[in-house]
Amino acid sequence: MSVGADELLGLVRELLASHPPATTGPGDFLKARFDAGLAWVHYPAGLGGLGAPRSLQPVVDAALEAAGAPDNDPRRIGIGLGMAAPTILAHGTEEQKRRFLRPLWTGEEVWCQLFSEPGAGSDLAALGTRAVRDGDGWRVDGQKVWTSSAHLARWAILIARTDPDLPKHQGITYFVCDMTDPGVEVRPLRQITGEAEFNEVFLTGVRIPDAHRLGAVGEGWQVARTTLMNERVSIGGMRRPREGGMIAPVAEVWRERPELRTHDLHQRLLTLWVEAEVARLTGERLRQQLAAGRPGPEGSGMKLSFARLNQEISGLEVELLGEEGLLYSDWTMRRPELVDFTGRDAGYRYLRSKGNSIEGGTSEVLLNIVAERVLGLPAEPRSDKDTAWKDLAR
Amino acid sequence: MTETTPDLLYSEAEEDLRAAVRSLLGDRAEPASVLARAEAGTPYEGPLWHALGAEMGLAGLLVPEKLGGQGAGHREAAVVLEEIGRSVAPVPYLTSSVIATETLLGLDTESPQVASLLSELAAGRRTAALALPFSCGPDSPQEREELDGTVSAVADGATADVLLVPTGRGLYAVEAAGAGVAREPLTPLDLTRPLAALAFDGAGGTVLADAGTGRAAVRRGLLAGAGLLASEQLGVAEWCLTSTVAYVRDRKQFNRPVGSFQALKHRLAQLWLEVVSARAAARAAADALATASPDAPLSVAVAQAYCSGVAVRAAEECVQLHGGIGMTWEHPAHLYLKRAKSAQLALGSAGEYRAAVAELVGLPGPS
Repeated sequence: MSVGADELLGLVRELLASHPPATTGPGDFLKARFDAGLAWVHYPAGLGGLGAPRSLQPVVDAALEAAGAPDNDPRRIGIGLGMAAPTILAHGTEEQKRRFLRPLWTGEEVWCQLFSEPGAGSDLAALGTRAVRDGDGWRVDGQKVWTSSAHLARWAILIARTDPDLPKHQGITYFVCDMTDPGVEVRPLRQITGEAEFNEVFLTGVRIPDAHRLGAVGEGWQVARTTLMNERVSIGGMRRPREGGMIAPVAEVWRERPELRTHDLHQRLLTLWVEAEVARLTGERLRQQLAAGRPGPEGSGMKLSFARLNQEISGLEVELLGEEGLLYSDWTMRRPELVDFTGRDAGYRYLRSKGNSIEGGTSEVLLNIVAERVLGLPAEPRSDKDTAWKDLAR
Repeated sequence: MTETTPDLLYSEAEEDLRAAVRSLLGDRAEPASVLARAEAGTPYEGPLWHALGAEMGLAGLLVPEKLGGQGAGHREAAVVLEEIGRSVAPVPYLTSSVIATETLLGLDTESPQVASLLSELAAGRRTAALALPFSCGPDSPQEREELDGTVSAVADGATADVLLVPTGRGLYAVEAAGAGVAREPLTPLDLTRPLAALAFDGAGGTVLADAGTGRAAVRRGLLAGAGLLASEQLGVAEWCLTSTVAYVRDRKQFNRPVGSFQALKHRLAQLWLEVVSARAAARAAADALATASPDAPLSVAVAQAYCSGVAVRAAEECVQLHGGIGMTWEHPAHLYLKRAKSAQLALGSAGEYRAAVAELVGLPGPS
């Protein structure tokens, strides 16, 4: 029998009584919250949840927020929460679930994702990082790229090739990699904004025990699909107020600086304002569908909408600023812990938003996915599916 | 800025309503018959409207039960209009059951003339049209001082039984077949929504309200019409997308289904995204109207500024991706293109609605 909202709110009251936020350290509070099953209520009991409907999580979050309880800064630990956790839950052993989920959720351990490679981005299954049997474990060699949080992470989800004689989607195995192990080298990757938010990760003779394999040998692609599905769901799925998101700063500049207004910019601003509002409503409709237990395919499109809008809006903002648009705040290389569009200047937003149509699946790949999975259009003919990976042109 | 969270889903009852309307229109308003009637110069078929408006009781969805209607609301009417858009059905639903009805609901419904006209419209026995150009939106009212004069491009002006005429002396109800009324059918771009030029010369009319009340009621009628037109546009866009996807899946060129070419897949996926977004915008407008939300003018403006363009793009893509067949008279694509392009001008242009958004959210233009 499923747990209801009243019961959850009762548990929230008990948690607040036994661990008053005012006198409990944030770390201890989060651990207690996890142990009470109020971390992600739809997870199983003992793993941070109670097997309750997922739609009740916002009820718990709101009640705890209202009581001034600390949160686990979900943005900082986004990869762990959004991608590693659902994958471990779906494919991990009981021991793996017990070891990894709690510190992941409380933020004690940050996760990163070792998927993309210099030669395997959109064509992720072409990856060449090798994992070779080595006693009771594996020896991993290769290079990964675009790894956010690698410099902060304790653990990584990793996919590597374990059998190059099979076609590329087979012969891949999924691992949990300890980022503190010898042979793991993280190098900052400086980007278009001047900052190094991502990393390159070099893996040289890294030893991974077989107990850290997630799913069966050779079935890493199936496991990775769980991760990727959750990645796309987590991007663009936030609830926003009207005129929230990227449209907010440009609307603010427009209101405060009448001397910058022109007719042409006015028309473009209004068109984008309307599109941003419609995108917000589309996201809200998706959220209502999920809450009603009727998920729609809209989720596959939200990232596409937000990527395009972010780019167009921030581009307009640079133009609106005229002379100031010629300037940039600071090219000093920094290593931000978070991607934060607010509180930065228009030039940064313009440059950083270029990544929105690339990270987490390029817009072109997502359009193919919508066309094939939502509209049912046929795939393009391809020759790489039945050829052994080692025989593919690279 | 007020902000409420609209209910953007369809209720079970609304889905049942949709299924019933779709089934009726599927039987009675298939594209070939719509085209044949348009060609014969008699686009409006009495029995179809009777079945939809009177027998199914849809003409009275917006009218409270005590005034002879169904006491439903704008959310349900929006679903009916989605289906009408999907079949480009030639029925006076938008003009009579939404715009004229909503205008009358903005008057003193205790008055016997208003109440009896409303109940006739709600029963589907008679139809009414607002005697304004179809391009006229809530923020661009056109009003003459006197009843005498002409109005052009009135949607359903030639077929309506009663004409609601806004003037500086008040809002008149004029019997369309009465003396002093001349109605000349025009050749419309949209074959499925007839337009007429009206001339009033010494016609007898009943004053339903003074000028101020009439003006507010007409604005209310046009606002509801514009908000729900977004749902009709959604229906048009949906048909265009669905039939185009079906076509490119089957049609082979270069030894492959043309729908397997990435250039086409991306265009259709993009269009799908716009249709999905149009649905959210149209539902938000319908819900805001249904709940008389203070957000309604903004929700309607957003929906019109967005959905009209999506319907046109969907219809244009439909013609293009059908190739030569899309250019033929036999294929129904042109009916949808004509409906979409006309609806883009109907009840106020996207530019007018962007100007309304600018006003409502405080983003003024250069001074």
